[in-house]
Amino acid sequence: MGRVILALLPGLAAYAWAFGPAVLIQVGLAVVVAVTAEAVLLRVRGRPLKPFLSDLSAVLTALLLALAIPPLVPWWLTVVGVLFAIIIAKHLYGGLGYNPFNPAMVGFVVLLISFPVEMTRWPAALGLAGTAPDLAEAARWIFTGVLPTGQDIDALSGATPLDSIKTGLAQGSDYATLAASQVFGQLGGAGWEWVQAGFLAGGLYLLATRTIAWQIPAGLLAGLLLPALIAWLVAPGSQPLPWFHLVNGATVLGAFFIATDPVTASTTPRGRLLFGAGIGLLTWVIRTFGGYPDAIAFAVLLMNMAAPLLDQVTRPRAFGEEAPE
Amino acid sequence: MGLMKLFRFPGGVHMPDHKQLTRDLPIDRAPLPGRLYHPIQQHIGEPAEPIVHIGERVSKGQVIARAGGFVSAPVHAASSGTVVAIDRLPYPHPSGLQSRCIVVETDGEDRWVPGLRPIANEHKHDPGALRALIREAGIVGLGGAGFPTFIKLHPGREQAVETLIVNGAECEPYITADDALMRTQPDWVVDGLKIMRHALQAKECIVGIEDNKQEAYERMQAEVAKLNDPTIRVVKVPTHYPTGGEKQLIHVLTGKVVPSGGIPLQVGVICHSVSTTVAVRRAIRLGQPLFERIVTVTGQGINRPRNLRVLLGTPVRDLIAFCDGLNDDFKRLIAGGPMMGYELHDDRAPVVKATNCLIAATAAELPENRPEMPCIRCGECARHCPMQLLPQQLYWHSRAKAFDKVSDYRLVDCIECGSCSYVCPSRIPLVHYFRFAKNRLQQQKIERQHADAARERAQTRESRLARQRAVKAERTRKVKAAAAAKQAHDTPGSAATATATAPPTHVVSSDTRPQTIDQEARQRIATAERQRKAAASGTSDQA
Repeated sequence: MGRVILALLPGLAAYAWAFGPAVLIQVGLAVVVAVTAEAVLLRVRGRPLKPFLSDLSAVLTALLLALAIPPLVPWWLTVVGVLFAIIIAKHLYGGLGYNPFNPAMVGFVVLLISFPVEMTRWPAALGLAGTAPDLAEAARWIFTGVLPTGQDIDALSGATPLDSIKTGLAQGSDYATLAASQVFGQLGGAGWEWVQAGFLAGGLYLLATRTIAWQIPAGLLAGLLLPALIAWLVAPGSQPLPWFHLVNGATVLGAFFIATDPVTASTTPRGRLLFGAGIGLLTWVIRTFGGYPDAIAFAVLLMNMAAPLLDQVTRPRAFGEEAPE
Repeated sequence: MGLMKLFRFPGGVHMPDHKQLTRDLPIDRAPLPGRLYHPIQQHIGEPAEPIVHIGERVSKGQVIARAGGFVSAPVHAASSGTVVAIDRLPYPHPSGLQSRCIVVETDGEDRWVPGLRPIANEHKHDPGALRALIREAGIVGLGGAGFPTFIKLHPGREQAVETLIVNGAECEPYITADDALMRTQPDWVVDGLKIMRHALQAKECIVGIEDNKQEAYERMQAEVAKLNDPTIRVVKVPTHYPTGGEKQLIHVLTGKVVPSGGIPLQVGVICHSVSTTVAVRRAIRLGQPLFERIVTVTGQGINRPRNLRVLLGTPVRDLIAFCDGLNDDFKRLIAGGPMMGYELHDDRAPVVKATNCLIAATAAELPENRPEMPCIRCGECARHCPMQLLPQQLYWHSRAKAFDKVSDYRLVDCIECGSCSYVCPSRIPLVHYFRFAKNRLQQQKIERQHADAARERAQTRESRLARQRAVKAERTRKVKAAAAAKQAHDTPGSAATATATAPPTHVVSSDTRPQTIDQEARQRIATAERQRKAAASGTSDQA
């Protein structure tokens, strides 16, 4: 899991550059809380600390959660999410290897449902709305809720490209008009394109080192992009380019880092393809027709539920076993 | 010998082979030990039955325990001496349990039992006779599995033997016993192959050797070239664990896939290891039973690694002493290879027919069982499984003791090669769980058969009693009817009614009928018992 954490660093760096250093504070906070909670729970459950802490799974959960939530949320929100992920989603199910749901995504969804205002307050990228707060300012805001005079949290944040598309299309705007807006940047999401590129680099590294199974990202991207392509071909005016789905939201992070969590994914080769494809398809459906702008977390949790069944129906034939009639 | 198309089997692992420790060494003869320990269970199947008593003088090659059934093998004294004990003693087995052993105190004369009958030309004897001799010689699969060899020398009844494969892959790290045989006695190997081919009436023969044994390959190649027979080939196969697995080697060499749960004969192939081939050669050409084998004593923990020719029954500690003892780094002793072998906790255990290797490992070499972490379902085990099973699912269900599920996931096809345990990042000893589950499944099967037999017995008894009751009732009724008729006769007018109401009688002799049923039940029980034995020995031979 150390390698997965390493692979997250380019994306994290791009994130901090594009949206300000606040994310680093959230990552640090999340990691400290996660490791502490993990240690306490291991002690309570009578498990040895060293082997279970040194596997870094708690650190990874914390990182993923911190990268999934908006960087300018108050500290207690991060703490609640991490604690929920580690204590309830992981240890109450039996700890490492026994949790049916991706802990980071459980934590994320709990926060999204419980604190919708804070969780949808995304900062605008690359100074689209004035200068992003520096490290000290961000820390002060996160821990005390005080911003430098003259600044307002609503001014610092803005609609994400996914938001604008969703609301814009709902109001009857044309995709082309929406896409011309500033938040779409060069490639479909100002700032986001760099973050995604960073995650993609890390993801390819994980593929090259065979740390993750290729079937899950391949299935996920195909499951998301194929329906998006068909929809765009059918109704180019009211549907975003398939490319847009790739660049925005948690697509790349989800495909390479979240859905690939082996514990909660399917384990057979065909099962993994289907698992990924299911996440991709559900994400597209929810993004297009659902109430939320992004849907990776919901899609992952829904497919986590299906993983045991997928495993069962996709058992490979044993060497020498005949095809069923 | 031209290039031959080879096939790849799924999964498997690459790993350092550690064979350099003994690769170029000759085969040395281990000294005659003071005492030989002959376990009665050195093979798959029924244990052998001791036929000597304490104090009896025995000769080298004398049968001291006879085969305990069809799937069984006799045990011979490896040297001459006196039987001093027949007792439960340590022997090499994964369970660490003890086995009954016949202990022979050697007299140093190494005097052969009289009447050995060497056969110079196998073609003068029919295959059945050769098989009988091989059976009497106590030969079992020496590659590690210990399945009685004569059974695997039966030309198929429904399926003719197309190909005889001599397994010289020796794919497990460290082991060089077969390698040493092929390097130093290729003529013996090829001679054994000819005998087995005659017994099997096989059309062609292939010797498969992994390409990390160049010298053995060249020697064997040269030896086979002398025969000038295009139907016998020596083929180099890529070094890739577990190529030496029976089903894997068959696939690599012929492209054939042994059906799931089946045996190689179903695809017209029979596979024997190099060591077995040499033992067969000895039994036929010299008339000598199986009394010795080649053992690689190796590992960083031993002062002088060697390939040894060892009398069966020699205590492991004697061999260690002959290899100049253990050094300070020694940590644990493994019988067999590092992948499929098991830890030997008692160095008094003897070398048995299946002991191809002893590894005196240091802590750095084969780390002791480190703490097992939870399964994170990464699926590496499935990626490396040569049988394309899902070890991880098997593991969960074995742990949950859901043995019906384990069967659904085809545990029966697991060859226990250990590739899954080797690649597991959580260091879960997966194969241990599988062996446990296999064991329990076998027990359940036996219990079920016993229960079935008991139920059938009870049912038979019930129906017999019912029939007896019916006969009795019939008799009572007849007596009553007769009485009634008599009465009717006395009181005229009612006689006709009385005879009409009596049902047509069908007298069954109560003496003979139930007896035949009992016989039937007995037969059925006997059949179930036979099936159970056959199932118990059905595990495939695996080098």
